[in-house]
Parts: sequence; structure tokens; C-alpha cells
Amino acid sequence: MSRELDTGQQGNQSGSSSEPQKQEQKEYQEFAGKYRPKPKLFTNCLKAFIIGGLICVLGQLLQMMYIQWFGFKPDHAGDPTVATLIFLACLLTGLGVYDNIGQWAGAGSAVPVTGFANSIASAALEHYTEGYVLGVGGNMFKLAGSVIVWGTVSAFVVGVIRTVITMLT
Amino acid sequence: MANKRIGQRTFSFNGEVRVIASAAVGGPKEGEGLLQKELDHIYPDNYAGQDSWEKAEQKMMEDAVDHAVKKASLSNDQVDLFLAGDLLNQNISASFTARTHQIPLMGMFGACSASMLTLTTGAVLVEAGFCNTAVVAASSHNCTAERQYRYPTEYGGQKPDTAQWTVTGSGAAILGKKGSGPRVRFATIGKVVDMGLKNPFDMGSAMAPAAVDTIEAHFKDTGREPKDYDLIVTGDLASVGHPIASQLLAERGYDMGKNFRDCGLMIYTEDQQSFAGGSGCASSALVTYSHLIDEMKRGNLSRLMIVATGALMNPVSYQQGESIPCVAHAVTLEMD
Repeated sequence: MSRELDTGQQGNQSGSSSEPQKQEQKEYQEFAGKYRPKPKLFTNCLKAFIIGGLICVLGQLLQMMYIQWFGFKPDHAGDPTVATLIFLACLLTGLGVYDNIGQWAGAGSAVPVTGFANSIASAALEHYTEGYVLGVGGNMFKLAGSVIVWGTVSAFVVGVIRTVITMLT
Repeated sequence: MANKRIGQRTFSFNGEVRVIASAAVGGPKEGEGLLQKELDHIYPDNYAGQDSWEKAEQKMMEDAVDHAVKKASLSNDQVDLFLAGDLLNQNISASFTARTHQIPLMGMFGACSASMLTLTTGAVLVEAGFCNTAVVAASSHNCTAERQYRYPTEYGGQKPDTAQWTVTGSGAAILGKKGSGPRVRFATIGKVVDMGLKNPFDMGSAMAPAAVDTIEAHFKDTGREPKDYDLIVTGDLASVGHPIASQLLAERGYDMGKNFRDCGLMIYTEDQQSFAGGSGCASSALVTYSHLIDEMKRGNLSRLMIVATGALMNPVSYQQGESIPCVAHAVTLEMD
């Protein structure tokens, strides 16, 4: 009974607006949209391509270095390469540089493993004033946790699909 | 008793309450900006000698209050009441400052409208005689606000051009019936306006309608017009929200002209990366309690209206898909 009253008078969201108000909101949002600077899609893509590409080139050079000079086998050289990139990203985060790179490069520095490292290092830094256990430990994966969870879930789903397809063919 | 309320929501003061003194302190970026000569203190870094940003924000509010009390030639125990607001959870900057200064506290939350919310309430209490002297203050800190509302400060996510830069610093003012400072003349209290915007990286266009609503109410209640003021400033609408507010007011018949500005655009130079402009409680507090009050005292401004705008969401509400409700409170100051 009370539920009916709730939905009847208030709609499904607390504090949500009546129909004429919604219309007014919609009109305003369209109007305000004209004042917003347009996202520079092309420039942003170009910057992301350049920086993302450079990070990959660096990774490639590191990998070759590990193979040439440190005697890693090609299929194992990826591990120290990733570790080095992560180290560099964390260092740049700690020095307060990575966020500036990120603002310029956008997805270019966010998508590679360096971006993932930055999301963990920045959260750890941010919360260290709250202590090592609940602060650093509890918040380190605040942003990266979502990537880990949904990365694992999608890997599982893709794995199932692959298995089913292999079984059928 | 004379009716002190005029129109729908404007308080009319009798002119006895004055801003006896005011002070503002800012972080390093603010110190390199447009207010550098007018701030009472500029900190060399965002930590202000403390070991956390939260403590730094508190230190800034303490210092702003100290400077203001000193400029009014008073001591803390001669101030009857402390009204303060900030952006942090449970208003800790205000409460912790009151713990240090031992002035009776009324903590207030109005998001970035805290500066004018506390100024209005302080002026009401002084005029009514509940206190002789009150100190009002507001603070914000770029790093504490980023951490609370958005991402870790060192996170390399790209922000859009509509984002704003939370101002680091604090402003404070002493209200009383003595001296020769600007008089508090009117205060128009804002309604909460929500136009359904949900993007926390575009607060300017969310808050503009609230500012417009309050400014329009002020003109209707007082019978005044834009040209009655030497300057009307909004708190932190920045380069996206301010032209929107200007246009909306024009559509409602108020030509704001050149004397309509925004505090968020009066802090940083164009070379300083601040996206659309400054935001936060300190935006209106820094500009009002340093530059604008100084200009009034220098005789360059005689009638001023400050419309402090605030976005009343919290991180949970916008993640749950709620839109951003906004409010704006206006105060007018007049020099003799």
C-alpha cells in the first residue's frame, strides 16, 4: 500500500521531477550543451596514438634489451619488460608527473599497463595518510579493482565461448 | 518589529552590520595567479607545513581566521561566534579550526555556497544582537576535494575542458557593528535548483540555473536592477556556466552587462591550467575576502553583489545516478 503511494506520487527516483519539470530540464540541457567546449576527438586520438605508441616502442626496446643482454628467452622476456614499465609508471606517479602526462595523452597513457600501474600507485599514495592497512591496503585497488574483477569475468566468459565453439567444431 | 524580510526570500539588513575586516590565504597556484598581491598569505606548497592535505586545509582556515581577527584588532576571545563551512565530509575543516581557536562554532554546509551562507547567517545574528562580533569562514583544498569527490590526485585520467580546478585556500571575515567596512545590505537565500545534470566534471552548467534563480529573485524582491550594482559576481560558474547564466538572465529581461563576472575566473591567469576555471568554497571566499573587499575599501566599488553557487551532491549520490542539485546564496555589500 505505502509502496503504491510512493511510486504514485514520487516516481521511481527519490526527488525525481514531474513531467513539465523534466521537459524544462531537457530543454535546459540542450541549451547548456551549446556552451560546452566540444571534446577535441581528433587531437585527443592523435595524442593518444603517439604516447600510447611511444610506450609500446619503449616496451619493445626493453624486451629486446632483456633478450639481447640479459639472456632471456623471447617468450619469457615479457615479464621483466612489464615489471620495468610498471616500475617507471609508479616512479613517475610518485614524482607527480604521470597525471600531467595523462591529461595530455588521455587513453594513450591510460590503456597500457603503465596506466594500470598509475591507478594503483596513485590510490596507494592518496590513502597512505590513513595508514598502511586500511589506507594503502584497503584503497590501493580502488580504481584497478574494477579492471581486475571485470577483466577476469570477461576472460571467463570468452573462455566459455571458446570452449563451446571448439567442442562444436 | 519591522519586517526584515522583503519579497519572497530576501533579508533586508538595517545597515548596522559591517564587514569589519577580512582575510584570505591561498596555496602556491593561487599565489601565482591574479590575487597574488592581495592574499594575506601564500603557502609555498599544498601541504602548508602539515603532513596531510586535510590538515593543510584546516591550517589554511585557521590562518585566515587569525589574519582576519588580527586585522580587526581583536583577539579570539573577543569574537563571539564562528560560522564556517567547507567541502570535506562532516565539515571537518570548520570543526577542527574551531577546536584550535576555541570560538563557539556553528558549522554550516552549503558546498561552494558556504561563503555567503555563513556571511548571511553571521550578519543576521549580529544584527539581531545574539552576538557582537562573528567570524565567518570558508575553505577548500584542491587535493582534499579531488580525493573526496573524484579520483586520487596523481591519477592520470584525462579531464574534459568543462572540469574546474578546486581552489586551495580559505577566506574569513569579521562581522560587527563597528568600523568603516562595507555594510551588509541584502541577502537572498537560494532555492535548490536541479536541471537534471549528472556530470561531476561539468559543475558550471549544473549550477548556472541556481545562480540565475537567486539573482532574479533578488531583483524582484528588492526592485533593484543589474545597473544598481557596480559589480555582480557569481561564485564558481567558470567559463562554461557563467555565459549560460548571463544568457538565461538576458532571456528573463536582465541585461547584466560587463559588470557581471565570476570569481572562478578571477583567480588564475590564462596560462595556469585550471580547465574552465576555479571552483570550491575558496573560489568566492578568496576573491570576496581579498580583492573585492579591498576594492570597496579603496573606493573602486560601492555596491557589490556576491552570488555564491554550490553543488549539493556527494560522491555516492552521483555514482547512484542522481542528478546534481544546486543552490546559490546572494549577499550585497555597500560602502558608505
